[in-house]
Amino acid sequence: MELRRFRADLHIHTCLSPCGELTIYPRKIVERALDEGLDIIAVSDHNTAENAAAALLAAEGTGLTVLPGIELTSEEEVHILGLFETMDDILPLQEEVFRKLPEVPTIRSFVKDQVIVNKDDEVTGFSPHCLMAATQLNVHEIVELIHQRGGLAIASHIDRGAFSIISQLGFIPSDLELDALEISPLMTIPEARAAYKSYAHLPLVRFSDAHQPEEIGRASTDLLLAAPVFAEIRMAFQETNGRRICGS
Amino acid sequence: MNLTELVKQFDLKVYAGRNELLRTVSGGYVGDLLSDVMAHSKKGHLWITFQIHPNIIAVAVLKELAAIVLVNGREPDPETAARAEKERVPIFGTPLSSYEFVGRLYGLGIKGQ
Repeated sequence: MELRRFRADLHIHTCLSPCGELTIYPRKIVERALDEGLDIIAVSDHNTAENAAAALLAAEGTGLTVLPGIELTSEEEVHILGLFETMDDILPLQEEVFRKLPEVPTIRSFVKDQVIVNKDDEVTGFSPHCLMAATQLNVHEIVELIHQRGGLAIASHIDRGAFSIISQLGFIPSDLELDALEISPLMTIPEARAAYKSYAHLPLVRFSDAHQPEEIGRASTDLLLAAPVFAEIRMAFQETNGRRICGS
Repeated sequence: MNLTELVKQFDLKVYAGRNELLRTVSGGYVGDLLSDVMAHSKKGHLWITFQIHPNIIAVAVLKELAAIVLVNGREPDPETAARAEKERVPIFGTPLSSYEFVGRLYGLGIKGQ
């Protein structure tokens, strides 16, 4: 089977995230991703996947692959990205996460509206959950939860001074079964390779962590695949059957 | 002040390291970001934190800290307590907040130097 490079940005927030702009809604995300020449994206809001279905529907017929994702906050305040194949995989995990969020009322004046939309970008509601909070799940439990649902677990923006596994825990526990490490657009892959030599056994990816449409695609990673589908992406992360992450 | 006196003074719960209580405390550091604690704590310090992940033991060993105090009634993960015993790192617990605990420590002459 012929393999080719697919350009992926697998860390994009929507208007649902308490820190996401109102303008980053599903059809805008799809439009911008296509303009940026991306083949595969993932929507990954903080501790929720309530806008993932809308994003998947918004991309139907466009040729863009959208994966449902979630960026979980561990009790240590480490961000871990979970990427999944279908809504059926991510929804049970979301329910578990909601149960593990504190019941703190969101402070509307401080966080942005947590807007739930449909595929036509119409507002259908507001998430009642305190999405900016840390879950009562530790990093090990989070990685296990993601794997139980067939997902990929990626440590978010490990170069950042806040909410990264290295800032919070000093170093990456050797028994934590991460599938990859993500660096932010502030760092290049060669810089990361030099800085994180002790984690050379884990693949490196670089995504945008976009919170507004203009940021989509500002960082991306090419994947060598036969087709832009989850099973192929998993093979690339595991470097099997010739599939791989380019430049990692 | 040594750890035995400290435990007595604050009625601390001892989760690990019962055989290490003759160690002297040279000062203290408070922090929940382990990267920060690795950068700024000093040998012999008492480390006051909310974090209970097993990595706290590695930081304590690396920086040769005297002991770890968990605040707000936090209890160590079972894995954390097991590693602490193995590495001989005392772990204590207090129901007090970091602010309150550190304030009282400072009053007793345990400073951040």
